[in-house]
Amino acid sequence: MGWGDPKVTGVLPVALENATKVIGNIVHSGKEYVCVMQLHSEVSEDKLRKVLNEFVGKIYQKPPLRSSVKRTIRVKTIYYIELLEYTGKYALLRIGCEAGTYMRKLCHDVGEVLGVGAHMRELRRTRTGPFKEDETLVTMQQLSEAIYEWRSSGSEKLLRKTILPMEYIVSHMSKIIIRDSAVDSIAHGADLAVPGIVMLHDNIRRGDKVALMTLKGELVALGKALMSSKEIGEVSKGIAVKTIRVVMPPGVYPKKWKTRSKQ
Amino acid sequence: MEYKNGLDFIKKLDEYGDVKANWIVKVEEETNPNYGSFPWKREIKEHIRNGVINLDKPPGPTSHEVVAWIKRMLGLNKAGHGGTLEPHV
Repeated sequence: MGWGDPKVTGVLPVALENATKVIGNIVHSGKEYVCVMQLHSEVSEDKLRKVLNEFVGKIYQKPPLRSSVKRTIRVKTIYYIELLEYTGKYALLRIGCEAGTYMRKLCHDVGEVLGVGAHMRELRRTRTGPFKEDETLVTMQQLSEAIYEWRSSGSEKLLRKTILPMEYIVSHMSKIIIRDSAVDSIAHGADLAVPGIVMLHDNIRRGDKVALMTLKGELVALGKALMSSKEIGEVSKGIAVKTIRVVMPPGVYPKKWKTRSKQ
Repeated sequence: MEYKNGLDFIKKLDEYGDVKANWIVKVEEETNPNYGSFPWKREIKEHIRNGVINLDKPPGPTSHEVVAWIKRMLGLNKAGHGGTLEPHV
């Protein structure tokens, strides 16, 4: 792939079949990288720390020449930069940032401000959304072994550890748990009304993206909150969530919603 | 991994996703075991079809190539990643 960065390693959540419907939700979530920056001349650690601190907060980035997006200056937020190690030539950095921040560009710009020049040598993503370097992170070899074990001996144990339920994709989101009787209407794309709610997180603001889940823990759909948690807590009717992405196919739960008008 | 019930599973999800919010309970309600399935008890083919892999991407192939391999390894029609590691492509 020509000008890509295939040498980059680290956290890459891969969604399978039905789970692909919601994986796009991770694309715009916060990221963390560990990167090696090579300085073209030595600077003092104090000076480096000072300059790195200047890059924390809002920064301006113009996408690189060969990039997949429009080359207009974009404002990105750097949440933190930690200097993990410094040899005078190489700096090992841990960087928390908004999605779409260019690390190569950041290293270049730090070099410019330092006045000596710098470039990125190596990059590893350590977090995207809820997915981190933890016990759930698996290598291609581990995946391949788990598939082999399942295919050859029928043992599912390893494969079940290697592949997580898709609900993990929404683990970092605010959640609303709905009644069994509301599930099928949501699965058909209807919006969620307050009487269909069993319980909800208390931090939801109007306009927030939320995950709608069953009492069994199944992801039904993603939606946009039309009411805050407080409002939902106080009222007994009205539309609480606009459904934006349905994950569960219709017919899994019984249809209870059409008969209401026939009472 | 075993969980006591759906709410216990959701609690573990919150921990995984670092969600610290508390819960507001609107009604006390049970779920009918005859419908749906607990996410950790899906039949293995369903588990795969509704699964996500927290993959440590190796150096060398692109994110796109890695996804294509996984698709083939598991015999799937569809797979997708959550944001490429090659922003320039």
